[in-house]
Amino acid sequence: MSSALDHKNAPAPAPAAGARSAVASVLRMRELPVLIALALLVLVTYLINPLFLTAQGVKDLLLNATIIMILAVGQTLLIITRNIDLSVGSMLGLVAFGTGSIFAAVPDVPIIAVFAIGMAFGALLGAINGALVTLAKVPALVITLGTLYVYRGLNNAWAGGKQFFAGDRPEEFGALSVNTFLGFPVITLLAIVVVIAVAIYMSGTRPGRDLYAIGSDPDAATAFGIKVSKRVFLAFLANGALAGLAGVLYASRFNSVGATTGTGMELTVVAAAVVGGVAIFGGSGSVTGAALGAVLLTTITSSLTALRVDKFWQQAIVGVLILTAIIIDRVASLRTAKKLRISEARNV
Amino acid sequence: MQQTHSSRSGPSEGEQVPVLSLSHAAKTFGPVVALADGTIHIEAGEIHALVGENGAGKSTLVKILAGLHHPDSGDFQVAGHTVQFRNVAESKDAGISVIYQEPTLFPDLSVAENIFIGRQPKGRFGLISKATMVREAHKLFERLGVPIDPTRIAEGLSIADQQIIEIAKAISLDAKVLVMDEPTAALSGVEVDRLFSVARSLRDRGTGILFISHRFDEVFDLCDRITVMRDGRYISTHRTADVTVDQIVREMVGRDIGALFPKTPAEIGGVVLKVDGLSRAGVFRDISFEVRAGEIVALAGLVGAGRTEVARAVFGIDPYDAGAITFDGRTLKPRNPQVAITAGMGFVPEDRRKQGLVMDLSVARNVTLTLRNKYTTAGLINGAAERRAAQEWSKRLQVKTGSQEYAVSTLSGGNQQKVVLAKWLATDPRLLIIDEPTRGIDVGTKSEVHRLISDLAGRGIAILMISSELPEVLGMADRVLVMREGRITAELDRADANPESVMHAATSSAGGTL
Repeated sequence: MSSALDHKNAPAPAPAAGARSAVASVLRMRELPVLIALALLVLVTYLINPLFLTAQGVKDLLLNATIIMILAVGQTLLIITRNIDLSVGSMLGLVAFGTGSIFAAVPDVPIIAVFAIGMAFGALLGAINGALVTLAKVPALVITLGTLYVYRGLNNAWAGGKQFFAGDRPEEFGALSVNTFLGFPVITLLAIVVVIAVAIYMSGTRPGRDLYAIGSDPDAATAFGIKVSKRVFLAFLANGALAGLAGVLYASRFNSVGATTGTGMELTVVAAAVVGGVAIFGGSGSVTGAALGAVLLTTITSSLTALRVDKFWQQAIVGVLILTAIIIDRVASLRTAKKLRISEARNV
Repeated sequence: MQQTHSSRSGPSEGEQVPVLSLSHAAKTFGPVVALADGTIHIEAGEIHALVGENGAGKSTLVKILAGLHHPDSGDFQVAGHTVQFRNVAESKDAGISVIYQEPTLFPDLSVAENIFIGRQPKGRFGLISKATMVREAHKLFERLGVPIDPTRIAEGLSIADQQIIEIAKAISLDAKVLVMDEPTAALSGVEVDRLFSVARSLRDRGTGILFISHRFDEVFDLCDRITVMRDGRYISTHRTADVTVDQIVREMVGRDIGALFPKTPAEIGGVVLKVDGLSRAGVFRDISFEVRAGEIVALAGLVGAGRTEVARAVFGIDPYDAGAITFDGRTLKPRNPQVAITAGMGFVPEDRRKQGLVMDLSVARNVTLTLRNKYTTAGLINGAAERRAAQEWSKRLQVKTGSQEYAVSTLSGGNQQKVVLAKWLATDPRLLIIDEPTRGIDVGTKSEVHRLISDLAGRGIAILMISSELPEVLGMADRVLVMREGRITAELDRADANPESVMHAATSSAGGTL
């Protein structure tokens, strides 16, 4: 396909090349493997343990996936640009505890205002990461490893031994994670809206496409006049805002928020993105894939529990999944590289 | 499609204002003069060739046109207006598109998106209309007569197709001037033909094309005029019809090869390295040669001819598909540098910073890197012994450093090269492969490095030297092997090697005049 000879005599691809190209483009989708894996997993678990797919069971699956899903979407924005934010767990913790504090201090505060404050707080934390990465020109891995501990430290200092419980918060706030609409918990619907909105932004706007270009080849992106630093900074800010949203939802969904809320979450989030087909070297993958990856990871945990598999095995299986996703990616790119060499070798 | 009638005449004859005109541009980097007098006038509707040896200043000139470098002085006009580009975007806006030998596309994005990145057509709700983008890309390829699927990702495209995509981009940007920097170096025959027919149709539509190539058959086949550069200076511009290949070659190399490169006569001994029928698909083919003790054999040719690749295969870094390498009468196992080192081979790579040295380690540690086992007791490095050995070699090679403990990155290019040489000499090699021994080294240190290499040969070490600098090749080598496109096209004795014979073998496909 890569050689000029091959298609020299072939008819030019018509805009409507028909069903074959439609099938081909589905097969080329990076999200396909994770979708198949998810379907298989649910099917097998259901066949062994039919209780897995009761209305309550499905609702639990979705609720479990919601927060990781939102975080994975934000993380994907960064991974696509060859960056990463390891401080998301700490940011979520700070915002979740902040949410508890707001309700404790001002019991009648409008819920929408809490969302706005939480997202703004998250955006601020994300912007700090973004500023450090783009100004100091230090790899994001190192910067956000630092802020992971800084933000966690702030959370510890702020919360001390204090915890806020669901009882401290208005009932309508907690109801967001209980009430359903068309069988979907409200917060899950919110997460789905976020996924769709960000997906459209990434595929349908120039700044969104710029993020892919930056991750695909940062030097070329600079040479093309793409404002690399600005875009990367904004991606960090958006990721922070999404972590803030996840923090508020965490406070709605879970009973207690305190100094350790969200600890260790960053690795699950990165894993979800990678399993969902987001290339860790940047440039390709989609937020939809990352969201599916989040659903897959949380569903595996539930289904292994439903199948009474030992908890220790669960982590190992998640690990194997991550390795599989990365190996598939590597093999695919090595293959294209080899093809290229052979096609160039023709005339020497 | 409007037909522009080009006069195809020199600037002196016509009234026409050149679409691009650079006069007496100069560019220096520190003490290095990259371009002393960059002059070129390109007219609308002509294909203009720029020729010159490696290091003649062509790349610098191209980078000035592209807005990557800013000339220190000189006059630069596009369509009669003086311009001063601060960056690539401004050059593009002025209507100049540059297509490099290996274009930089975004491998993960679709072909259509690569053409329109940053200017994607918008459709409903202000969102990018992929359908329009693909349709537009498709139209461009149709106009170029090259069917490339606009929806596929750029990764895995052949170089030829990548160049076509760059040309499509240039057309969609309405480029007035298209600069092609050695576009054919990585292309096959069919692909070259396709590129040329695209170039001709662009010319007929009034685009001015600057075509840089080392292949004279192509230059004479395609171009209307030829500008020759040498040593960073403009030499001449001719109409293609008025000159011969010989004339151009003479202008390209016409300078004295002074006594700058003293190869002291050395006694030539037995065969140390014998390479027989070495081939690697797509890289080099049927490479056979010998290097004897005390002999300096130069591998000459143009950048990209496959010289470094041959050296890497000989040293065991890269694999090869066929052939054999014999060292001191023993056949060497392929793909194993350790075997090559143990047998007595050393390799001084072209890119010192990346491959030859560990930049953050001390001079001493770098010199003894190849000898770790010799200065190790019970698995631990003996620091004192290491320092002594390093001291001795640094003294012999006159490495100028404040202390053996300084990081190598603090040394000058020439002294770094000496450290690399010291590193290999400490292993007492029978053969040294040296890739571009004096690249990026100032003139003074250059002759020191040359003297050093000559000394080594005098002590009976066999030297295989890769060099793109003709004077270096002619001054140093006992024998010159010329490579072109992965093959050895000529083997010349010192007496027969002159600028013309080497350049001919390196560039022309006929090559029969030797």
